Amino acid sequence: MPNLSKVRLAGYGALLAAGLVAPFVAYPIFLMHALCFALFACAFNLLLGYTGLLSFGHAAFFGTAAYVTGHVVKTMAVPPGLGVLAGTAAATAVGFVFGSLVIRRQGIYFAMITLALAQLMYFFFLQTSFTGGEDGIQGIPRGHFLWMVNLADDRKLYYVVLATFLFGFVVIHRTIHSPFGQVLKAIRENEPRAVSLGYDVNKYKLLAFVISAGLSGLAGAMYAIVFTFVTLTSSDWHTSGEVVLMTLLGGLGTVFGPIVGAFAVVTLQTQLADKVGSLVTVIMGAMFIGCVLLFRRGIVGEAVGLYNRVLGRRPY
Amino acid sequence: MSEVFGIPLPALLGQLMLGLVNGCFYAMLSLGLAIIFGMLNIINFAHGALYMMGAVFTWIALAQFGIGYWWSLLLVPLVIALFGVMVERTMLRRLYKLDNLYGLLLTFGIALVTEGLFRHRYGVSGLPYSIPEAFSGTFNLGFMFLPKYRAWVIAASLLTCFTTWFVVERTQLGAYLRAATENPQLVQTFGINVPAMITITYAVGVGLAGLAGVLAAPATQISPLMGTNLIIVVFAVVVIGGMGSILGSIVTGLGLGLIEGLTKVFYSQASNSVVFLIMALVLLVRPAGLFGRER
Repeated sequence: MPNLSKVRLAGYGALLAAGLVAPFVAYPIFLMHALCFALFACAFNLLLGYTGLLSFGHAAFFGTAAYVTGHVVKTMAVPPGLGVLAGTAAATAVGFVFGSLVIRRQGIYFAMITLALAQLMYFFFLQTSFTGGEDGIQGIPRGHFLWMVNLADDRKLYYVVLATFLFGFVVIHRTIHSPFGQVLKAIRENEPRAVSLGYDVNKYKLLAFVISAGLSGLAGAMYAIVFTFVTLTSSDWHTSGEVVLMTLLGGLGTVFGPIVGAFAVVTLQTQLADKVGSLVTVIMGAMFIGCVLLFRRGIVGEAVGLYNRVLGRRPY
Repeated sequence: MSEVFGIPLPALLGQLMLGLVNGCFYAMLSLGLAIIFGMLNIINFAHGALYMMGAVFTWIALAQFGIGYWWSLLLVPLVIALFGVMVERTMLRRLYKLDNLYGLLLTFGIALVTEGLFRHRYGVSGLPYSIPEAFSGTFNLGFMFLPKYRAWVIAASLLTCFTTWFVVERTQLGAYLRAATENPQLVQTFGINVPAMITITYAVGVGLAGLAGVLAAPATQISPLMGTNLIIVVFAVVVIGGMGSILGSIVTGLGLGLIEGLTKVFYSQASNSVVFLIMALVLLVRPAGLFGRER
């Protein structure tokens, strides 16, 4: 389908252009907030959309990286770039441990186990001392990126965040479109068959899980630098649920879906938070129900479906 | 005063009793989850929210309508079961042909909506519900004082668990249910109305959660947040026990409650996480769960 790839290329161009112009149009903090969650959702989508594994505990990786980054940048005076690397490494390590445990079970158990393990991390963060317990870590200095770029300036920080996001996006894109990604899709479609073809399915699943955890960590680490604080919210089950919703709403297993979903959900949250207060949870729940019952392909999935239908009618 | 490892015996026994009470709730909830999973192949994330609804309805019944504990014990589970019938008929039914992850996501949405609505209406602080008169006070067992209400909770939930086990494993209806769990198409060709059985199963499963909520109302803080935190622990319980056998989920639930109680005495920092740690250990040693079979 040459046309679809052209559309996709145009999509990448438009995305990049929008990303570059955006801070002159919208509030940079909001954009960075959305970009962090967009990367988080893309990383989550690698697991659910392309490997068919539903993790209900991805906040554990987001939170781990946020806490580690916040801690090393604030108390050890590590520059933010290294801090983000440290956070991402920590999340990757936690991802490896959780991944090795959780790939022992499949399907619905996978979701329950990830949720439980994430809750374990949550209680660990609540009780250990470096996270500041209920108070969290406040006043993380943004510092300078590579000793040159002063990140206290929101707009400069925005471009660093955008570049990091694009890096993560490219990694995911390469993973999906590599032979490795093809095997992941084969596992999603028919796991026993992938086994019978001689693939070591567990190794593939574990690697996908670790990549997903690491990139979720990257998102969490950036989040800590952007907001200069980390609280328990970053690792609780609501956050795990949010990233599921973003991916589902945007479109499972689509390249752009999670980005669209993340922007939609973050916009809703920031717009509605002061208007309806605690009812935000209700709206998010209703969106879950709506997506599952009426809208399973998500915004991007439905749009692609519509496009193909229109295309299919044309005499080609 | 006698001591065990430096802990006064009455304190130890008190914590164990509390653990057993918690274990009863784990058992009732995981039992409901297991029955629903067997028949619908769906993990009901809304289970915790329905347990919370049971407790809050019990409070509302007394505070607004003057309906006491005993009537609540009968009526509230029925109301929750009716709610379950509604959910199953209007929403879950459309998902049976899909991947069972969608069932989890849908019920997660239902949990968020109910929790959010109740939180909006009643806030997050606890709602008070006093222990019914018949059960105020304690039994003096000589070596410890046992609050009467705790004894009642343990007795009532053990009875409920036993009844459920008996119905599923020893009656004609239960035989149909087990058969339909194995092979719904075949059972349907024998003229048994499987869709109705699915509805009933879901209603009974969530009714159990509602009943647990009523039992919990006087024993714990009633709050809109009580459900979800509990259900995550119950998920871990289900992973540890496996959903293969009813008796298995009851034993696992009670056992983990006791272990949690013990942890509270000896190393209280870990009491929140001990169930999750045990889950990780079980996954290493016996991935299918203690009573489970791989499917």
